[in-house]
Amino acid sequence: MTGSKLRAKDFETDQDVRWCPGCGDYAILKQVQTAFAELGMEKENTVFISGIGCSSRFPYYMDTYGMHSIHGRAAAIASGLKAVRKDLNVWIVTGDGDSLSIGGNHLIHLLRRNFDVNVLLFNNEIYGLTKGQYSPTTPEGTVTKSSPYGVLDHPFNPLALALGAEATFVARALDRDPRHLKDLIIRANEHKGTSLLEIYQNCPVFNDGAFTVLTDKDSKQDSTLWLKNGEPLVFGENNTKGILLDGFKPKIVSLEDGYSMDDLWVHDESDPLKAHMLTRFFGDPSLEGNLPRPFGLFYVNERESYETAMDNQVQEAYNQRGEGDLDALIQGKSTWEIN
Amino acid sequence: MEKEILEKKDVTILFAGDSGDGMQLTGNQFTFTSALFGNDVSTFPNFPAEIRAPQGTVAGVSGFQLRFGSVEVFTPGDDSDVLVVMNAAALKANISKLKRGGVVIANTSGFDNKNLKLSHYEVNPLEDGSLDDYELHEVDITSLTREALVDSGLARKDVDRSKNMFVLGFLYWMYSRDLASTIQFIEEKFAKKPELIESNLKVLKTGYHYGDTSETFGTRYQVKKAKLPKGKYRSIMGNQAAAYGIIAAAKQAGLKTFYGSYPITPASDILHELSKHKNFGVKTYQAEDEIAAICAAIGASFGGALGVTASSGPGIALKGEALGLAVMLELPLLVINVQRGGPSTGLPTKTEQSDLMQALYGRNGEAPIPVIAARTPSDCFSSIMEAIRISVEHMTPVMFLSDGYLANGAEPWAYPEAKDLPKITVPKVTQKPAEGEAYLPYLRDEKLVREWAIPGMEGLMHRLGGLEKEDRTGNISYDPENHEKMVRLRAEKVERIADFIPDLKIEQGPEKGKVLVLGWGSTYGSIRMAVDQCIKEGLEVSQAHFRYLNPFPKNTAEIMASFDHVIIPEINDKQLVHVIRSKFLMDAIPFSKIQGLPFTSSELVAKIKEIYA
Ligand code: SF4
Repeated sequence: MTGSKLRAKDFETDQDVRWCPGCGDYAILKQVQTAFAELGMEKENTVFISGIGCSSRFPYYMDTYGMHSIHGRAAAIASGLKAVRKDLNVWIVTGDGDSLSIGGNHLIHLLRRNFDVNVLLFNNEIYGLTKGQYSPTTPEGTVTKSSPYGVLDHPFNPLALALGAEATFVARALDRDPRHLKDLIIRANEHKGTSLLEIYQNCPVFNDGAFTVLTDKDSKQDSTLWLKNGEPLVFGENNTKGILLDGFKPKIVSLEDGYSMDDLWVHDESDPLKAHMLTRFFGDPSLEGNLPRPFGLFYVNERESYETAMDNQVQEAYNQRGEGDLDALIQGKSTWEIN
Repeated sequence: MEKEILEKKDVTILFAGDSGDGMQLTGNQFTFTSALFGNDVSTFPNFPAEIRAPQGTVAGVSGFQLRFGSVEVFTPGDDSDVLVVMNAAALKANISKLKRGGVVIANTSGFDNKNLKLSHYEVNPLEDGSLDDYELHEVDITSLTREALVDSGLARKDVDRSKNMFVLGFLYWMYSRDLASTIQFIEEKFAKKPELIESNLKVLKTGYHYGDTSETFGTRYQVKKAKLPKGKYRSIMGNQAAAYGIIAAAKQAGLKTFYGSYPITPASDILHELSKHKNFGVKTYQAEDEIAAICAAIGASFGGALGVTASSGPGIALKGEALGLAVMLELPLLVINVQRGGPSTGLPTKTEQSDLMQALYGRNGEAPIPVIAARTPSDCFSSIMEAIRISVEHMTPVMFLSDGYLANGAEPWAYPEAKDLPKITVPKVTQKPAEGEAYLPYLRDEKLVREWAIPGMEGLMHRLGGLEKEDRTGNISYDPENHEKMVRLRAEKVERIADFIPDLKIEQGPEKGKVLVLGWGSTYGSIRMAVDQCIKEGLEVSQAHFRYLNPFPKNTAEIMASFDHVIIPEINDKQLVHVIRSKFLMDAIPFSKIQGLPFTSSELVAKIKEIYA
């Protein structure tokens, strides 16, 4: 198969896709397949590892190697795989419950170790497969099956958590903006290290409309901010609003009212402090004004991947001591003979 | 003064002191020197769970028992002949383990008022006649050490730390041992601190000469070389042997090793050992938790490496779900349980065999896996190789059982040569599916084993998972008949391993007769000594010992049926007895000990005699 370029369709399997009609997962699957075709990916060198949840069915629909594992553990399994198989292109597909609740520990450790794998975090702010309980990203007060009087738990901010866990690639996309999603899939693939791509995914069955304000024609221009490296933060109808930094405070200004592009905050993907601020543009009423939700690549930083460091250490041992001699190992330093 | 030298067949010494007194090092050095001399040796370190338990208290006492002999010794001995105590607490904790008439060597500085108070002695036991039944030698080890190093310029703390060398030197004198290997050890250990080499050697020699010059000791002893089977020997501990066995098996299979582990007593030493040997292609990975450790190992096996994970009971409990996944995936995976006292955190530094049921049944659903147990420290090497052979050749997770007693115990090992080690065959994919045909990842051979298709292989893309698989295709299936079929196939695959393992054999005693003592795991040595003694006394007693606990050897029922009585001693509450009863509908007499300690031979002899009568 190597050599001849594959089409998006070539990545489909013979399995029926079993997500609910209208589920955002379909769009994501399509964009992954499209991006893979564009990237000229080889099926046999690609592996999808997932945990448990609606999104975790994903590997069955990709004609690559794959494992649909157990709840929360995809990151841990992918780490072991990548540790011994640097040559493979490894993708983790997970949901908000899978990776932020039961598998939260593995996610943060994956990010700090920086294995060169890609995480697609489908965030629908609900447990779908178990039929509608609140997840660690469900907003406070939401009424769900397991919270008839409203959710008490303060939710995680996944991207802020990722940065806190020393992630080297942090991005956000939306199922409803396929082109932007595909571009970020491609950038994630390019990144040498763990890439975390959070994808807002609508669950029409249990949490319909969770992201409507970000996708609806009438509201999206004022509520979303599309990050482009080296460009000022502008949003709103005809990009007439901008964001500037007033000391450490982001402030919305009108470009029709005395401010110019030169006054605005210019997005720099390599700036960790500003990336932290951008992740806080998020359901935080303490921030002044109604800040729009950013999408795009918040932060990227090249740091040696874990498997590279691990291989180097092994190589160094070979260089210093040569290929291990089993007899010498078994004998050890002191022996005696009985005749 | 010319001292008398008495010959002894075997001697058991128990070194005891505060956990900071260096008793483990002292014991290990004495062991090594004795093994090097040609004695057979068996050791039993016994330390507190706390790293620095309060000084001077009974809770903080660390002990190291060793037995060495001119005859074969299979256990570290029941009661000791010599008890070395560095303080009052050490005496309090261990005096019951000394034979009547045995020798007590007491460091008198460790019996000052403070120490007596901390160990709750009202009066000094060295003075109140309570040790009249023993041969008591009072030596002011602390002062003698300080005196020896008076000009060394070392801090008091460093001076006092070397008092264990005095003890070691003195016992070397007592048992006519050579100092050479310890001198070499000290020179290597302190290579970067020459002043400590000098001081430690000085104290070691001071201890040795003290024996010659002091008036108190009239007798020296000699324990001649043992008549061990011919061969080249080294001294080995269980966890070390396990680590070497993993490396050897991976080499024999042509696989790279991935070892995922989370620190836990008493398994961590395997991680420490393996992490030193990266030039064998070993990758060690200290995971964020027990679950990640096994999951990473599963990921590595999926990628075509030998995935290994290790823990002790509490960690194995956490790994249960992932172990079930490995059963479904039908990939090689070695899971090591170095058992300790349970339940829960239990007795982290004490030994127990109480995770047998967990190994056999501790997963949700029908999830049988092969279970293999090592019997002596050195046997960890070949048993773990065997566990890996089964795991790889039969594409199944395997549980390897060791325990704290084996892990930390040492013995001489007639080590094998690499060229004589068994080969391990990897069930790699032999054929690609024909053009237009789908690859069937769950197609099985006559052993019911599926092939190992590894990412990167063209045309063999497939998806594995924890959901029930359809026979042959491996696709998700909720079909009722298929589920039953798959459950039975997975079980039968494990059962058929019985065709590829050796029969259970009678270790000693007649092939049929009155009493069979049937054991598994680390009880081997004690049973060996006990049965040996019974046979010498003219009793018709035999020994058999399981290495394979699932599946059992095919002749198990036949062997059991050849005896009037079968006794199963276990360091747990009858777990194997339950399994044997349900599996074979045959009765066995349980003999349990659940004290975090191994059996003594005399306990076993008494039980055998009781049944025999
Ligand atoms: S429950 Fe929701 S997330 Fe799950 S498949 Fe249906 S729509 Fe998609």
